Amino acid sequence: MRLVTKTILSFLILLTLNGISLSLHAGVEIREFSKAEEERRYHKLIDELRCLVCQNQNLADSNSQLAQDLRAKVYEMVTTNKTDREVTDYMVQRYGEYVLYNPPLDPVTSILWIGPLVGLLVAIMLLLFNIYKRGKAQPVKLSDEDRKRMEKLLDENEDKKDDDK
Amino acid sequence: MLKFIVPLVLFVILIIFLSIGLKNDPRYIPSPLIDKPAPAFNLPRLFAPEAKFSPELLKGKVWLLNAWTSDCVGCRQEHPYLLNLASQKIVSLVGLNYRDSNHLAKSLLNKTGNPYRIVVTDNKGSVGIDYGVYAVPETFLIDRKGVIRYKYIGPLGPDEIKNTLLPLINKLKQEPA
Repeated sequence: MRLVTKTILSFLILLTLNGISLSLHAGVEIREFSKAEEERRYHKLIDELRCLVCQNQNLADSNSQLAQDLRAKVYEMVTTNKTDREVTDYMVQRYGEYVLYNPPLDPVTSILWIGPLVGLLVAIMLLLFNIYKRGKAQPVKLSDEDRKRMEKLLDENEDKKDDDK
Repeated sequence: MLKFIVPLVLFVILIIFLSIGLKNDPRYIPSPLIDKPAPAFNLPRLFAPEAKFSPELLKGKVWLLNAWTSDCVGCRQEHPYLLNLASQKIVSLVGLNYRDSNHLAKSLLNKTGNPYRIVVTDNKGSVGIDYGVYAVPETFLIDRKGVIRYKYIGPLGPDEIKNTLLPLINKLKQEPA
Protein backbone atom coordinates (compact mmCIF):
# COMPACT_ATOMS: atom_id res chain seq x y z
CA MET A 1 0.00 0.00 0.00
CA ARG A 2 2.78 2.39 0.91
CA LEU A 3 4.53 1.63 -2.33
CA VAL A 4 1.42 2.51 -4.29
CA THR A 5 1.05 5.85 -2.51
CA LYS A 6 4.71 6.57 -3.12
CA THR A 7 4.43 5.81 -6.80
CA ILE A 8 1.36 7.98 -7.19
CA LEU A 9 3.03 10.79 -5.28
CA SER A 10 6.20 10.73 -7.33
CA PHE A 11 4.14 10.61 -10.49
CA LEU A 12 2.24 13.70 -9.38
CA ILE A 13 5.48 15.49 -8.54
CA LEU A 14 6.87 14.65 -11.95
CA LEU A 15 3.74 15.96 -13.62
CA THR A 16 3.97 19.22 -11.71
CA LEU A 17 7.64 19.68 -12.57
CA ASN A 18 6.87 18.99 -16.17
CA GLY A 19 4.16 21.63 -16.09
CA ILE A 20 6.60 24.15 -14.65
CA SER A 21 9.25 23.49 -17.27
CA LEU A 22 6.65 23.81 -20.01
CA SER A 23 5.63 27.22 -18.79
CA LEU A 24 9.27 28.28 -18.45
CA HIS A 25 10.38 27.35 -21.93
CA ALA A 26 8.92 30.34 -23.73
CA GLY A 27 11.30 33.29 -24.32
CA VAL A 28 13.26 34.24 -21.22
CA GLU A 29 12.75 37.98 -21.41
CA ILE A 30 10.11 39.56 -19.26
CA ARG A 31 7.71 41.35 -21.53
CA GLU A 32 4.88 43.60 -20.56
CA PHE A 33 1.71 43.63 -22.53
CA SER A 34 -1.14 46.05 -22.13
CA LYS A 35 -3.56 43.55 -23.65
CA ALA A 36 -3.82 39.82 -22.98
CA GLU A 37 -4.58 39.32 -26.66
CA GLU A 38 -1.20 40.79 -27.63
CA GLU A 39 0.57 38.47 -25.21
CA ARG A 40 -1.22 35.46 -26.64
CA ARG A 41 -0.30 36.50 -30.19
CA TYR A 42 3.33 37.14 -29.21
CA HIS A 43 3.68 33.65 -27.74
CA LYS A 44 1.90 32.06 -30.66
CA LEU A 45 4.21 33.80 -33.15
CA ILE A 46 7.48 32.97 -31.43
CA ASP A 47 6.28 29.38 -31.18
CA GLU A 48 5.63 29.22 -34.93
CA LEU A 49 8.81 30.91 -36.13
CA ARG A 50 11.98 28.94 -36.57
CA CYS A 51 15.33 30.10 -35.25
CA LEU A 52 17.83 30.02 -38.10
CA VAL A 53 20.87 29.61 -35.91
CA CYS A 54 19.74 26.47 -34.09
CA GLN A 55 17.56 25.06 -36.80
CA ASN A 56 15.44 22.65 -34.84
CA GLN A 57 14.33 25.20 -32.31
CA ASN A 58 11.72 27.89 -32.58
CA LEU A 59 12.23 31.49 -31.53
CA ALA A 60 10.68 30.79 -28.16
CA ASP A 61 13.11 28.00 -27.30
CA SER A 62 16.33 29.39 -28.68
CA ASN A 63 18.75 31.46 -26.69
CA SER A 64 20.88 32.57 -29.62
CA GLN A 65 21.55 36.25 -30.13
CA LEU A 66 19.54 36.25 -33.33
CA ALA A 67 16.54 34.62 -31.66
CA GLN A 68 16.66 37.27 -28.93
CA ASP A 69 16.76 40.02 -31.55
CA LEU A 70 13.91 38.47 -33.50
CA ARG A 71 11.80 38.00 -30.35
CA ALA A 72 12.32 41.69 -29.64
CA LYS A 73 11.23 42.46 -33.20
CA VAL A 74 8.10 40.31 -32.87
CA TYR A 75 7.30 42.02 -29.56
CA GLU A 76 7.75 45.43 -31.13
CA MET A 77 5.54 44.55 -34.08
CA VAL A 78 2.80 42.92 -31.99
CA THR A 79 2.62 45.87 -29.59
CA THR A 80 2.49 48.36 -32.46
CA ASN A 81 -0.69 46.81 -33.83
CA LYS A 82 0.85 44.78 -36.65
CA THR A 83 -1.16 41.74 -37.69
CA ASP A 84 0.19 38.18 -37.41
CA ARG A 85 0.37 38.15 -41.19
CA GLU A 86 2.54 41.27 -41.21
CA VAL A 87 4.93 39.72 -38.70
CA THR A 88 5.32 36.45 -40.61
CA ASP A 89 5.64 38.34 -43.93
CA TYR A 90 8.40 40.44 -42.38
CA MET A 91 10.32 37.31 -41.40
CA VAL A 92 9.70 35.52 -44.71
CA GLN A 93 10.92 38.55 -46.70
CA ARG A 94 14.24 38.35 -44.86
CA TYR A 95 14.82 34.70 -44.13
CA GLY A 96 12.57 32.89 -46.59
CA GLU A 97 9.71 30.50 -45.96
CA TYR A 98 12.14 28.33 -44.09
CA VAL A 99 11.36 30.36 -40.93
CA LEU A 100 7.79 29.13 -40.90
CA TYR A 101 7.17 25.93 -38.99
CA ASN A 102 3.77 25.98 -40.60
CA PRO A 103 4.57 26.37 -44.30
CA PRO A 104 1.93 27.85 -46.61
CA LEU A 105 0.42 25.72 -49.35
CA ASP A 106 2.12 26.56 -52.65
CA PRO A 107 3.48 24.50 -55.57
CA VAL A 108 6.80 23.87 -53.81
CA THR A 109 5.33 22.77 -50.49
CA SER A 110 2.33 20.96 -51.97
CA ILE A 111 4.13 17.60 -51.73
CA LEU A 112 4.39 18.17 -47.96
CA TRP A 113 0.69 18.75 -47.63
CA ILE A 114 -0.69 16.34 -50.20
CA GLY A 115 2.00 13.62 -49.98
CA PRO A 116 0.75 11.97 -46.76
CA LEU A 117 -2.85 12.02 -48.02
CA VAL A 118 -1.82 10.37 -51.29
CA GLY A 119 0.17 7.79 -49.32
CA LEU A 120 -2.85 7.03 -47.13
CA LEU A 121 -5.12 6.70 -50.19
CA VAL A 122 -2.69 4.33 -51.90
CA ALA A 123 -2.41 2.25 -48.72
CA ILE A 124 -6.19 2.01 -48.36
CA MET A 125 -6.56 1.05 -52.03
CA LEU A 126 -3.91 -1.66 -51.70
CA LEU A 127 -5.60 -2.97 -48.56
CA LEU A 128 -9.04 -3.08 -50.22
CA PHE A 129 -7.57 -4.71 -53.30
CA ASN A 130 -5.94 -7.39 -51.17
CA ILE A 131 -9.09 -8.05 -49.19
CA TYR A 132 -11.06 -8.32 -52.43
CA LYS A 133 -8.50 -10.67 -53.93
CA ARG A 134 -8.50 -12.88 -50.88
CA GLY A 135 -12.29 -13.07 -50.83
CA LYS A 136 -12.34 -14.23 -54.43
CA ALA A 137 -9.62 -16.83 -54.04
CA GLN A 138 -10.98 -20.39 -54.47
CA PRO A 139 -9.81 -23.17 -52.18
CA VAL A 140 -7.45 -25.40 -54.11
CA LYS A 141 -9.06 -28.63 -55.25
CA LEU A 142 -6.86 -31.63 -54.72
CA SER A 143 -6.99 -34.63 -56.98
CA ASP A 144 -7.44 -37.99 -55.22
CA GLU A 145 -3.83 -38.83 -55.92
CA ASP A 146 -2.57 -35.59 -54.32
CA ARG A 147 -4.84 -36.11 -51.33
CA LYS A 148 -3.39 -39.52 -50.74
CA ARG A 149 0.16 -38.17 -50.98
CA MET A 150 -0.69 -35.43 -48.56
CA GLU A 151 -2.18 -37.81 -46.03
CA LYS A 152 0.84 -40.04 -46.34
CA LEU A 153 3.18 -37.13 -45.71
CA LEU A 154 1.17 -35.99 -42.73
CA ASP A 155 1.14 -39.51 -41.28
CA GLU A 156 4.90 -39.77 -41.69
CA ASN A 157 5.25 -36.51 -39.88
CA GLU A 158 3.11 -37.75 -37.02
CA ASP A 159 5.23 -40.89 -36.77
CA LYS A 160 8.39 -38.85 -36.63
CA LYS A 161 6.98 -36.74 -33.83
CA ASP A 162 6.20 -39.90 -31.88
CA ASP A 163 9.74 -41.11 -32.44
CA ASP A 164 11.12 -37.90 -31.00
CA LYS A 165 9.35 -38.64 -27.78
CA MET B 1 7.90 -11.75 -58.62
CA LEU B 2 6.01 -8.44 -58.27
CA LYS B 3 6.14 -9.00 -54.53
CA PHE B 4 9.88 -8.48 -54.62
CA ILE B 5 10.13 -5.87 -57.35
CA VAL B 6 7.72 -3.36 -55.82
CA PRO B 7 9.47 -3.09 -52.41
CA LEU B 8 12.83 -3.09 -54.18
CA VAL B 9 11.83 -0.18 -56.41
CA LEU B 10 10.40 1.71 -53.40
CA PHE B 11 13.60 1.05 -51.49
CA VAL B 12 15.78 2.31 -54.33
CA ILE B 13 13.67 5.48 -54.60
CA LEU B 14 14.03 6.00 -50.85
CA ILE B 15 17.80 5.53 -51.06
CA ILE B 16 18.02 8.05 -53.90
CA PHE B 17 16.09 10.64 -51.90
CA LEU B 18 18.13 10.01 -48.77
CA SER B 19 21.44 10.27 -50.60
CA ILE B 20 20.36 13.57 -52.17
CA GLY B 21 19.44 14.68 -48.64
CA LEU B 22 22.90 13.73 -47.38
CA LYS B 23 24.54 15.95 -49.95
CA ASN B 24 22.38 18.96 -49.09
CA ASP B 25 23.88 21.39 -46.64
CA PRO B 26 21.29 22.08 -43.93
CA ARG B 27 23.04 25.38 -43.19
CA TYR B 28 22.35 26.59 -46.70
CA ILE B 29 19.03 28.35 -46.85
CA PRO B 30 18.23 30.08 -50.15
CA SER B 31 17.93 33.79 -49.54
CA PRO B 32 14.66 35.43 -50.57
CA LEU B 33 16.67 38.61 -51.13
CA ILE B 34 18.30 37.45 -54.36
CA ASP B 35 17.24 39.73 -57.23
CA LYS B 36 15.70 42.16 -54.75
CA PRO B 37 17.03 45.66 -54.11
CA ALA B 38 19.61 45.70 -51.33
CA PRO B 39 17.81 46.98 -48.20
CA ALA B 40 18.67 50.60 -47.50
CA PHE B 41 20.54 51.61 -44.35
CA ASN B 42 22.51 54.50 -43.02
CA LEU B 43 25.15 53.38 -40.55
CA PRO B 44 28.18 55.04 -38.95
CA ARG B 45 31.57 54.04 -40.29
CA LEU B 46 33.93 52.16 -38.00
CA PHE B 47 36.95 54.35 -38.64
CA ALA B 48 35.00 57.61 -39.09
CA PRO B 49 31.84 57.37 -36.95
CA GLU B 50 30.74 60.90 -37.79
CA ALA B 51 30.55 59.94 -41.49
CA LYS B 52 27.76 57.59 -42.43
CA PHE B 53 27.52 55.12 -45.24
CA SER B 54 24.48 53.98 -47.13
CA PRO B 55 24.27 51.63 -50.15
CA GLU B 56 22.98 54.56 -52.25
CA LEU B 57 26.54 55.90 -52.35
CA LEU B 58 27.75 52.91 -54.36
CA LYS B 59 24.98 52.99 -56.98
CA GLY B 60 26.47 52.39 -60.40
CA LYS B 61 29.18 50.15 -58.97
CA VAL B 62 29.40 46.42 -58.42
CA TRP B 63 30.28 45.80 -54.77
CA LEU B 64 30.41 43.21 -52.05
CA LEU B 65 28.84 43.47 -48.64
CA ASN B 66 30.53 41.15 -46.16
CA ALA B 67 28.94 40.60 -42.75
CA TRP B 68 31.54 39.77 -40.14
CA THR B 69 32.41 39.98 -36.44
CA SER B 70 35.71 40.02 -34.61
CA ASP B 71 34.90 36.84 -32.66
CA CYS B 72 33.84 34.67 -35.59
CA VAL B 73 36.15 31.86 -36.64
CA GLY B 74 34.88 31.65 -40.22
CA CYS B 75 35.57 35.37 -40.68
CA ARG B 76 39.21 34.91 -39.71
CA GLN B 77 39.38 31.95 -42.06
CA GLU B 78 38.26 34.00 -45.07
CA HIS B 79 40.17 37.11 -44.05
CA PRO B 80 43.40 36.43 -46.03
CA TYR B 81 41.35 35.68 -49.16
CA LEU B 82 39.44 38.91 -48.72
CA LEU B 83 42.74 40.78 -48.37
CA ASN B 84 43.90 39.15 -51.58
CA LEU B 85 40.66 40.01 -53.36
CA ALA B 86 40.90 43.62 -52.17
CA SER B 87 44.47 43.92 -53.44
CA GLN B 88 43.28 42.99 -56.94
CA LYS B 89 41.12 46.15 -56.93
CA ILE B 90 38.37 44.51 -58.96
CA VAL B 91 35.49 45.15 -56.62
CA SER B 92 34.75 47.33 -53.60
CA LEU B 93 34.40 45.44 -50.35
CA VAL B 94 32.14 46.88 -47.70
CA GLY B 95 32.29 45.27 -44.26
CA LEU B 96 29.16 45.05 -42.16
CA ASN B 97 30.45 44.67 -38.63
CA TYR B 98 27.49 42.83 -37.18
CA ARG B 99 26.65 43.10 -33.47
CA ASP B 100 30.24 43.63 -32.45
CA SER B 101 32.20 45.98 -30.25
CA ASN B 102 33.77 48.82 -32.26
CA HIS B 103 36.89 48.55 -30.19
CA LEU B 104 37.46 44.84 -30.84
CA ALA B 105 36.64 45.21 -34.52
CA LYS B 106 39.09 48.07 -34.96
CA SER B 107 41.93 46.39 -33.14
CA LEU B 108 41.46 43.18 -35.14
CA LEU B 109 41.57 45.03 -38.47
CA ASN B 110 44.59 47.07 -37.34
CA LYS B 111 46.38 43.89 -36.41
CA THR B 112 45.50 41.61 -39.32
CA GLY B 113 44.94 44.11 -42.12
CA ASN B 114 41.81 45.73 -43.50
CA PRO B 115 40.37 44.38 -46.75
CA TYR B 116 37.40 46.74 -46.66
CA ARG B 117 37.05 50.04 -48.42
CA ILE B 118 34.44 50.97 -45.86
CA VAL B 119 33.37 49.24 -42.64
CA VAL B 120 30.00 50.10 -41.15
CA THR B 121 28.96 49.26 -37.61
CA ASP B 122 25.65 47.52 -37.03
CA ASN B 123 25.90 47.35 -33.25
CA LYS B 124 22.23 46.52 -32.72
CA GLY B 125 22.03 44.01 -35.55
CA SER B 126 19.01 45.65 -37.16
CA VAL B 127 20.61 45.91 -40.60
CA GLY B 128 21.69 42.29 -40.21
CA ILE B 129 18.04 41.38 -39.75
CA ASP B 130 17.08 43.33 -42.88
CA TYR B 131 19.67 41.37 -44.85
CA GLY B 132 18.57 38.08 -43.30
CA VAL B 133 22.00 37.48 -41.77
CA TYR B 134 21.91 34.42 -39.54
CA ALA B 135 25.42 33.01 -39.56
CA VAL B 136 28.45 35.22 -40.11
CA PRO B 137 30.35 35.39 -42.38
CA GLU B 138 27.88 36.08 -45.16
CA THR B 139 28.69 37.85 -48.39
CA PHE B 140 26.28 39.66 -50.73
CA LEU B 141 27.11 40.68 -54.28
CA ILE B 142 25.29 43.83 -55.30
CA ASP B 143 25.02 44.99 -58.91
CA ARG B 144 25.20 48.46 -60.45
CA LYS B 145 21.48 48.99 -59.99
CA GLY B 146 21.72 48.22 -56.28
CA VAL B 147 20.15 44.77 -56.59
CA ILE B 148 21.46 41.76 -54.62
CA ARG B 149 22.49 39.18 -57.21
CA TYR B 150 24.28 36.54 -55.17
CA LYS B 151 24.73 35.52 -51.57
CA TYR B 152 27.39 33.31 -50.12
CA ILE B 153 26.98 31.87 -46.63
CA GLY B 154 30.09 30.81 -44.75
CA PRO B 155 33.78 31.60 -45.18
CA LEU B 156 34.82 32.40 -48.75
CA GLY B 157 37.72 30.31 -50.00
CA PRO B 158 40.00 30.78 -53.01
CA ASP B 159 37.88 28.37 -55.07
CA GLU B 160 34.58 30.17 -54.51
CA ILE B 161 36.24 33.51 -55.23
CA LYS B 162 37.94 32.35 -58.41
CA ASN B 163 35.22 30.10 -59.84
CA THR B 164 32.01 31.80 -58.78
CA LEU B 165 32.50 35.30 -57.48
CA LEU B 166 34.98 36.78 -59.96
CA PRO B 167 33.20 35.53 -63.14
CA LEU B 168 29.92 36.86 -61.74
CA ILE B 169 31.49 40.22 -60.86
CA ASN B 170 32.91 40.54 -64.38
CA LYS B 171 29.52 39.70 -65.84
CA LEU B 172 27.72 42.22 -63.66
CA LYS B 173 30.21 44.92 -64.61
CA GLN B 174 29.13 44.56 -68.25
CA GLU B 175 25.51 45.23 -67.37
CA PRO B 176 24.18 48.77 -67.77
CA ALA B 177 23.79 50.76 -64.57
